[in-house]
Amino acid sequence: MLMRVTRTHGIARRYFVVNGFDGALTMLGIIIGFVLSHSANLPLVINACVGAAIALAVSGVSSAWVSETAERRRELAKLEGAMVTDLDQSLHGEAARWVPLLIGLVNGAAPLIVSLLILTPLWLARAGVSLPLPPLYTAIAVALASIFMLGVFLGRIGGTSWLRSGIRTLSIAVLTALLIFLFAGS
Amino acid sequence: MQNRIENANKALIKRVVLDVLKPHLPNALEFSQAIARIGRDYRVHLTVAEVDEHTETLRLVIEGGAIDFDAVQTSINGMGASIHSVDEVEVRSEGGTV
Repeated sequence: MLMRVTRTHGIARRYFVVNGFDGALTMLGIIIGFVLSHSANLPLVINACVGAAIALAVSGVSSAWVSETAERRRELAKLEGAMVTDLDQSLHGEAARWVPLLIGLVNGAAPLIVSLLILTPLWLARAGVSLPLPPLYTAIAVALASIFMLGVFLGRIGGTSWLRSGIRTLSIAVLTALLIFLFAGS
Repeated sequence: MQNRIENANKALIKRVVLDVLKPHLPNALEFSQAIARIGRDYRVHLTVAEVDEHTETLRLVIEGGAIDFDAVQTSINGMGASIHSVDEVEVRSEGGTV
């Protein structure tokens, strides 16, 4: 109800995509870095990626919470000025308290979920499950697929072609990979 | 046996017209739906009289068998709006003999 009335769905969705994309590209970058280093030490790769995923999650929660709290407080103060009344106990006061927390959780959960998904092949390989490709390459494939799916999601929201939108985000991931190969590979 | 007639009249609010100031959100539809949901037979008629940068002035007509004005006021305030004035009321007494 609070989310619907205060039109927070759109903001939460935007934060989810933006930070999910951040998480996927970060994982892609770290894993490609390890591939270029010819490091097959899976525990090392997993620890580095989990560390980055947790940092992204904490950063996502705190940055969105702090910025949204400030924005919502400002909006509430403006509205209270226009209404000439205290709105602390109203729906708008509730929104100023709870919506930043909800958005922070979405913003933090997005990169964590996407990162954990990308790391799944590494955990499976470590647990002895045989994969069709080497674990780091499988993780790269999952990262590219996740980024493509985020594009598809954006396409569906925007009512545009899901394929075109998916290919667009995938191209960004490929460009990122090329830049890493260019600079880290030399 | 002496008939005992007891005045058990109750004054029920049947119709009330309010001048309300509300923020743009919730919108007019969500606002009137929330008020209509307070009672089982409430009929709400909302007219936006004026729109400002952050607020809207409404003429709100609520009709029902027995309007719970306190509940209406709480709902209006809960949505961040406030009643500026009560412009019209229709109250009927419903008496009974015991």
